[in-house]
Parts: sequence; structure tokens; C-alpha cells
Amino acid sequence: MSENVTLLDPTAETSPAMRERLAPPESLEGLVIGVLDIGKVRGDVFCDEISKLLGEKGFTVKQYAKPTNTRTAPTDLAQTIATECDVVVEALSD
Amino acid sequence: MRQQIEPMPTPADGLIIVAKRDCPTCTMLEPVYAALAKDEAGLTIYSQDDPAFPKSVPAVDDRDLEVSYRFEIETVPTLIRLKRGEEIGRAIGWNRGEWEALAGQDGLGDGLPENQPGCGSKSVDPGVPEILAVRFGDTQLEARQVEVGAMDDEIEACFQRGWSDGLPVVPPTPVRVLRMLQGTTRDPQETIGEIPPNLSHCTVEKVAINAVMAGCKPEYLPVVLAAVEAVLDPKFAMHGVLCTTHFVGPILVVNGPIAKRIGMNSGVNALGQGNRANSTIGRALQLVIRNVGGGRPGEIDRSTIGNPGKVGLCFAEDESKPIWKPFSEERGIAAGTSAVTLYAGEGLMGNFDQLSRTPQSLTRSLAMSIKAIGHPKRAPGHDVMIVMGHEHFCVYERAGWTRDQTMQEFDEALTLQADNLLRGVGGVAEGLPERMAGKTVKKVRPGGLNIVRAGGEAGLMSALIGGWAASGERGSDLVTKEIGT
Repeated sequence: MSENVTLLDPTAETSPAMRERLAPPESLEGLVIGVLDIGKVRGDVFCDEISKLLGEKGFTVKQYAKPTNTRTAPTDLAQTIATECDVVVEALSD
Repeated sequence: MRQQIEPMPTPADGLIIVAKRDCPTCTMLEPVYAALAKDEAGLTIYSQDDPAFPKSVPAVDDRDLEVSYRFEIETVPTLIRLKRGEEIGRAIGWNRGEWEALAGQDGLGDGLPENQPGCGSKSVDPGVPEILAVRFGDTQLEARQVEVGAMDDEIEACFQRGWSDGLPVVPPTPVRVLRMLQGTTRDPQETIGEIPPNLSHCTVEKVAINAVMAGCKPEYLPVVLAAVEAVLDPKFAMHGVLCTTHFVGPILVVNGPIAKRIGMNSGVNALGQGNRANSTIGRALQLVIRNVGGGRPGEIDRSTIGNPGKVGLCFAEDESKPIWKPFSEERGIAAGTSAVTLYAGEGLMGNFDQLSRTPQSLTRSLAMSIKAIGHPKRAPGHDVMIVMGHEHFCVYERAGWTRDQTMQEFDEALTLQADNLLRGVGGVAEGLPERMAGKTVKKVRPGGLNIVRAGGEAGLMSALIGGWAASGERGSDLVTKEIGT
């Protein structure tokens, strides 16, 4: 395996060196919430319950599932979620 | 970036030789090495390419070139005498007298020539000194280091950190940045200025990092540095050029001998793709504004539509026919001096008048296109850059027209009757207010017409590039800077 690559920061270095995470929305009001089952055992049970609870609170929920937990989500699935949802719960269960 | 590796130990006293098998002089000296091994203080030979060389004396493996780097070896063989850790003498290549004096032995290399030059040290092969400086030295680079995982794609990492203009960038590794800095004589930590919109402190090193990312070669760096200095001139008003809803971005015109020296295109497709210097110098400037200044589209950059040249637009003027002075000379730069001019311009509009054979006709024809810049019914105060193609320029050349004469003709052709431009005229609401009725207006502000020459030899073509709606003192004015070293 090769070593890490060092890059020199081209910016004014006013932001942290680590990539910043997107700020969470201030409110979920009016947003479409995706719930992604990543394919681990009984993840579907967990995701169904989460979706049910969110639905009871009046949120719009869409459910998705990855074919397998061992690989990253297929591009088509990732694009579908990005197009249809404002936020996503990526569920892990074990 | 501070040194991280403990130096390889070298003897405090005695003789050391740095050699390589690939050098005929080094291999010729086998009997000399054997003789020198008898030196009381000892002999250590460092081999740059083959630890089994030489045969006569066991060598220390210096294939990673650390000792060669630390002793600043430029030629092999090099013989050095050390005393208490200090170098007290050095012989470069083979010269019997010098070697004997340094070794304190007579009769070295009996039967060999008196003198034979050596070969280049592997530590100074092209591109190698920068690799060795990063590995063993103190590079004096100050920029923050960002680690990218071994399994990650470093080009994608640059995208993810927001360092790209939308196209892939060359990952700015310390080695690449050091190589880029070889293109200038300036100190990497020299301050260039404060880059808008955030007015962030910018050094030569930061410009070099962004020049690497844009794809520049080191010899382009002086042009990029001059362009950054030009953009910082308050006359150019870069903050305004950036944050306007208008189309404009900085356009760079390069004049002088550097254009040919770095292979810039002033001919066929000069404003198009295909030439590395043209394509990357303007991009480097825009990356400095984006990354150092923080000027990003959708944030401070509020351009409603933008224009494709905002990725970076840079070209050289065609100076092949000296009957008109080069653009930079017109702007006060001494003849023979390289310079870059920044112009806040939008996308280009073509004019392919195929029939005008007199300067009067061609001027009126080009003026018809210029009148449409911004809006056909908007005046006065526009800027325009005419990028005049070769065959259009020949119309003026054949008639023997000077630049001043041509400018005068344009001034007349661009003097408009306000009555034709009033609001509502032609069924178009846009236009001049009613109080302008009966007056004349100039489409272009005084000093706002710029003519530069570029393009291929075939084609009766010119390009018109409109300026910012706010031009001159109320907005952006052209800025020309000499290109240094």
C-alpha cells in the first residue's frame, strides 16, 4: 500500500484543515426525510420503526435500501435519494 | 515544513567519495579508490546507483541520495576531506594533482590521464532536487499541510475541499510547489497583497500552490504573479468585478518577449483552447481569487449568467507587425519589456465583415457590433476591447493608418444620436431618458476603446469584448503590470 499524500493548502487557511460537515437544517419542517437501510441484519425492522415514528409526527418519509452493506451505495440510488430528499437517516443496526 | 528524518551518519574525519557506476570517470578510478582506502583517517565511498560498485572498496548505498543531497554534490566523482565533522577540501571530477593534494598521497592513478571531468550527480537530475528537499531538507514552505489517505484520489480530495473551479486541478504536493517556485527569483514568503473579497494575506508561495493546481509550468509563474499584483490595484476594482451581477471576469493580455519564451499563443485560436500557457495562467489567477480570496460563485460572486472566460482567459498579443505599438507600450510600458494587462471583460462577440476593404468601412462596420454591446440602446460609458484579427488589421495597414487615426475614426463612428436610443423607440422600453432628446452620446467612455491584435492569418475576423457596465473611475479600469522574474 502506498503512503498518504501530502497536499499544501491553497486557501487562506481560515477554515479547519478537516473537511467541514454540512450544517444540519435548523428545522425539519417541510423537508422530505429519506431513511436508508444499509442492508445489515434487521436493519429493515429498525428503519420501518423510524419511518413510522417520523410519519406519526407528520413528516414526509421515503424509504430506501442498499443491496448490500459491504459496498457503497450504487450511484443510481445515491442520486435518487439526493434528488428526492432534503435530509437522510443512514441507518446502522447490528 | 520541517525536517522529519534523522540525517544518515557520515564520518567526522577522513575522505569521502560520491560516485556512480554509470559514470566512466568513476569506474576508471577503481585503482585510486583502492589506494585511498589506505588513508589513515579512512575512506568512505557512497554509491549513487549500485551498492556493489566499486569493487575495490566496499561502498555505502546512497541510492536514496541523502548523502549526495546533504553534501550538495553536483558532479561525480567528488572527493571530500572531512576534519572534526567539517569539510576542509573538495575535488570535483578527476584531477590527479587535486586528488593527491587532498589525499596527501603521491602517485595516485598511475597510468590514468592527468585530468578527466566527471558526470552529473543523480541528485541534480531534473526534478530530483525538489524531491530530496522535501525528503531530507527544510523546504521553507509555510502553507498548512493537508493529508490525503493513501487509498483516496487526491484530485477528488481537492474537489471535496472546494479548491476547484469545476475542472480537475493538479494536486499541490510540496514537490510540485517547490518546482513551481523555481520559476521565480522571489522569496516564497514575500507578501503579494491582500486578495479580495476576504482581503486574505497572500504570499508568493500561495500563488505558486494555485499555479500548480491550474496546471502552470514554473516559467509561467512570473506572469501569474504580475497578474495577481494587477488585480490588487484598486483601479481594477476586483471586489466589484467579482460581486457584480454582470458577466465580466478578468481577461489577461500578455505582451513582450515572455510570450514567446513560454510558448503563448497569439495566433490561430488565440482565445480558444489548446495552448497550455494561455489556458492555465488566467485559471491560476482565478484560483487565487477563489481559494485565497474566498471569491466563489453563488457566494460573493453574484454573476447572473457569468461567461466561459471566467475559468480563466489569457492570450498574447500578436506583435508581428510593428507599425502599431504593442498594447503594453500604448499603456506606458517600455519597449521590449514584458507586461500583462488586466481587463474586466464579458464574453466575446464575433464580427466577420468579409467585404470592407477600406479602413473607413471597416471601422463603421466594427462600430455597428460595438453599438450592440450591453444593449444597442444603452450609452454612454461602455468599455470595449477589439481583438483585431490579422486580415482586418491588414485593412488599416495597407491604408497606412496609425492607431491614433483609427481611434479618431472609431470615436466618430461611435457618436450616436440619442433620439434613436430613447426609451420606447422601436417598441423597446430600454433606452435613454427623454431628457437626452436632441443630443448626441458616445457609446464608449473616453479612453474606453482598446485595440489588441491576435488570431490566425486567414479570416476577416475580429472579436469584440464588452467591459463591465461600471467601467473607468466608477468601476473597473484596465491595469498593466510589468512581468518580473
